[in-house]
Amino acid sequence: MDKLSFVGKSLPRKDALIKVTGRAAYADDREFAGMLYAAAVRSPRPRIKILAISDAKARGIPGYVTLVTYKDIKGVNKWPVVMQDYPFLPEKEARFAGETVALVVAQTAAAAKAAARLVEVKYRELPFIEDPLKALEKDSIKIYGKDNIISSFVIKKGAVDKAFDNAAYVVEGEFSTNYQVHAYLETQGAIAVPETDGGVTVHSSTQCPFYILDAVAAALGLPYHKVKILQTVTGGGFGGKEDVPALVASHAALCAAKTGRPVKLIYGRKEDFQSMSKRHPGWARVAYGADKKGRLTACRVKYVLDGGAYATLSPIVLWRGTVHAAGPYKIANVSIETYAAATNKVPCGAFRGFGQPQICFAQESLIDELAAKIGMDPVEFRLKNMLAPGDKTVTGQKINSSCGLKELVRTVRKRSGWDKKTQNSKLKTQNSAGIARGLGFSATYYGVGLGAKGRYLDRAGALVNIYKDSSVCVNVGNTEMGQGALTVLAQIAAETLNAPYESVRVEEVDTSKVPDSGPTVASRTTLMSGNAIIDAAGPLRERIFKTAFDLLVLKGARASGPMTAARGVFSMGGKSVTFREVTAECWNRRHKMSEQGWYAAPRTTFKMEDGQGDAYVIYSYSADAAEVEVDLKTGVTKVLKIWAAYDVGKIVNPRLATGQAQGGILQGMSWALYENLVYKNGIMVNPNFTDYVLATTADKPEYDITFLEKPYAGGPYKAKGMGEVPLIGVAPAVANAIANACGARVRSVPLLPEKVWKELKK
Amino acid sequence: MHNSKTSSFSLHCLVNGRKIEREIPSSHSLIDFIRLDLGLKGTKEGCGEGECGACMVLLDGKAVNSCLMMAVQIEGRELITIEGIKGKAGGLHPLQKTFMAEGAVQCGFCTPGFIIASEALLRRKPKATLEDIKLELTGNLCRCTGYEKVLSAVEKAIGK
Repeated sequence: MDKLSFVGKSLPRKDALIKVTGRAAYADDREFAGMLYAAAVRSPRPRIKILAISDAKARGIPGYVTLVTYKDIKGVNKWPVVMQDYPFLPEKEARFAGETVALVVAQTAAAAKAAARLVEVKYRELPFIEDPLKALEKDSIKIYGKDNIISSFVIKKGAVDKAFDNAAYVVEGEFSTNYQVHAYLETQGAIAVPETDGGVTVHSSTQCPFYILDAVAAALGLPYHKVKILQTVTGGGFGGKEDVPALVASHAALCAAKTGRPVKLIYGRKEDFQSMSKRHPGWARVAYGADKKGRLTACRVKYVLDGGAYATLSPIVLWRGTVHAAGPYKIANVSIETYAAATNKVPCGAFRGFGQPQICFAQESLIDELAAKIGMDPVEFRLKNMLAPGDKTVTGQKINSSCGLKELVRTVRKRSGWDKKTQNSKLKTQNSAGIARGLGFSATYYGVGLGAKGRYLDRAGALVNIYKDSSVCVNVGNTEMGQGALTVLAQIAAETLNAPYESVRVEEVDTSKVPDSGPTVASRTTLMSGNAIIDAAGPLRERIFKTAFDLLVLKGARASGPMTAARGVFSMGGKSVTFREVTAECWNRRHKMSEQGWYAAPRTTFKMEDGQGDAYVIYSYSADAAEVEVDLKTGVTKVLKIWAAYDVGKIVNPRLATGQAQGGILQGMSWALYENLVYKNGIMVNPNFTDYVLATTADKPEYDITFLEKPYAGGPYKAKGMGEVPLIGVAPAVANAIANACGARVRSVPLLPEKVWKELKK
Repeated sequence: MHNSKTSSFSLHCLVNGRKIEREIPSSHSLIDFIRLDLGLKGTKEGCGEGECGACMVLLDGKAVNSCLMMAVQIEGRELITIEGIKGKAGGLHPLQKTFMAEGAVQCGFCTPGFIIASEALLRRKPKATLEDIKLELTGNLCRCTGYEKVLSAVEKAIGK
């Protein structure tokens, strides 16, 4: 490949200037003439039969406009997401505390909120389920289908019982993890603007504008060409703005349709906690078996996710967790069975890592326990068993050459000073103040993109326009939510066209400009939209390069030597022309300077019946080491430093990639140590930042980040996917470090001081 | 001045260097005044209860959470919002430049609050240490960056 001009460089973020000056317009920052405001009326109890909804008292609020219930739905009262079990507004039964049962519309946001509080919902309480494991018991009450099971998967390979019988070493453990709240700083919000032709334009904070298109068209009973979704600058997503913004936007659209006016619906933080998606609480029983030489021979997993009251994305989250449940190891005999159980709590969905962090915490903790039982160094044990090119995963998928896992592990071992620091056993560095220091390790892999379970959505489009002044406008179907998509995709477009980076602009998504490109999730945007841009830019590149060659010849360059193209300039035989001159000539020649591109992920072979086959097209990899200090008197853990190494293919923008890594690590550490959402009797107890604690600047560890770029031939400039892998392995590395520091093996996240303390007292 | 009949208040203050005299509902919080009455949308509401720092503004040079104050409390005082943060010769403020250069901006929703909080610190303590910065910014939540680049951005702005 030629030397790259723009890809691989830490070029400035496209959206940084508007963000540091406060000019970036998020959903709540947009105003429309005649705009009204909506607020949600929410179910107060975990499960209710709705008897009546009355706005008699709400009408007394000055500025009150109207009440919107399921009766106002002109389309189908079924949110079209995966299982289609979630009504836009409930008709008879509300299934979790905080569920929207109706909406009110008023002249101001304050009036709408005041009116919502005065709407009376008459109801009868119904028996409810809070515990997902109880939901799966035979004699439990049934709140979802015949058995409370939203979804279930298996992976079956080899002869597991026999392998465990023959194993020299067996370990087994039960692990659990709590919710994680996305805590994007911008709460959910949308504005729906009615159009004169009966259509609607929706402005929304979202990762997935095409999910909103599906939902709004269904709720309003409109053809897709009368519904337009425009993504607003989005203040964080992390999966929390994958599916649920479609619900918020549909509610705004229903209010706009009823009133004929633009309607803004912006969530307060409390209702965002109570009703929007979360990382599923997870429960797992995991067992590993190894032979005398320390080779993994068997793995058995039962993994349960608490899905909440509706399916939303649980089936897909569970599937990803299932595929990755045994860890990044070669194991011949595997039995994995997984369930998403329904409860009368907030529906859980996508969160960075998507069903992997929960089970990774379990299996990577247990790998350390197994290594200890065998008497092996846990890093050495991992190296002995982990996947390398040519090996097969537990689903029988052959790992290709883009796998640097072993190098990652060796890199982190070396950089963290693992061998020296872990030579002595536990309590080695306990100081006089009763502080023990320890180091813990983990290794993970991550299937990039949607994989076999989401294959019908795994495609993306792009539209590239080159204007007469040579500026370039790129439309894609995947979104910027803070991760840097606008920047990275502009680098890919600039590289392919040899256009100056400054001249390329990537737009926020407009669903009327590009075809449905699936969701912006699964670390798939660089890969999918990047490839679509390259596809669109291909024919343009051909015209531009041909024209540049002609111009250089006209300028007197001898055509014998090769033409070079770099940094927006074309050169040959001592002459050069700029991208601007070349595109002007292209327009003179009446060349087509606009192209659409498309990319569809290659097919996968995975079979749901036995869980065998290729699950994902390509994997990213990570290794983490965490160094902690544990206060032996209180059980309080402080993470001092995290060393991490990643193989995510080619790094398009190193500064942005480092930012993704640091952010993912801290989010993982915050979940591992602090974040603890509490339910009591079906009601969320701490829906706020006072009582739900997030890591702050004071908690930030030191970061040591290394990228090993194993090229992926199918990726744009050989990139894979970056977004999620940094979070996944953090919790088990921290848990293993605590165990290494003081012998306390805590099998439940968050690793709260009281849990560590209790283990220390054993 | 408070007018009990209409429950409105005639507020006088200095906003981003300009004298403002405005009749506002007395029920308006400071962030309502900034966003709804003045239409300055750079100040963000992240939690509404003073925990996240996204709504921070400078009041008489000190950083405050504008969601926790009533608008009437700033009568006769000087307010600076993110729109009023500028370099000495106009143009970008050093903090804005270093936030961009260091990669301290991701989703950007917390960014105005971080810049305001950092500016308040640097006004009070022009030679702030990394520990000072860490402590000062504990009242500002960021869910994207892991804080590393935010801290280095503030460090690099010192003395500029």
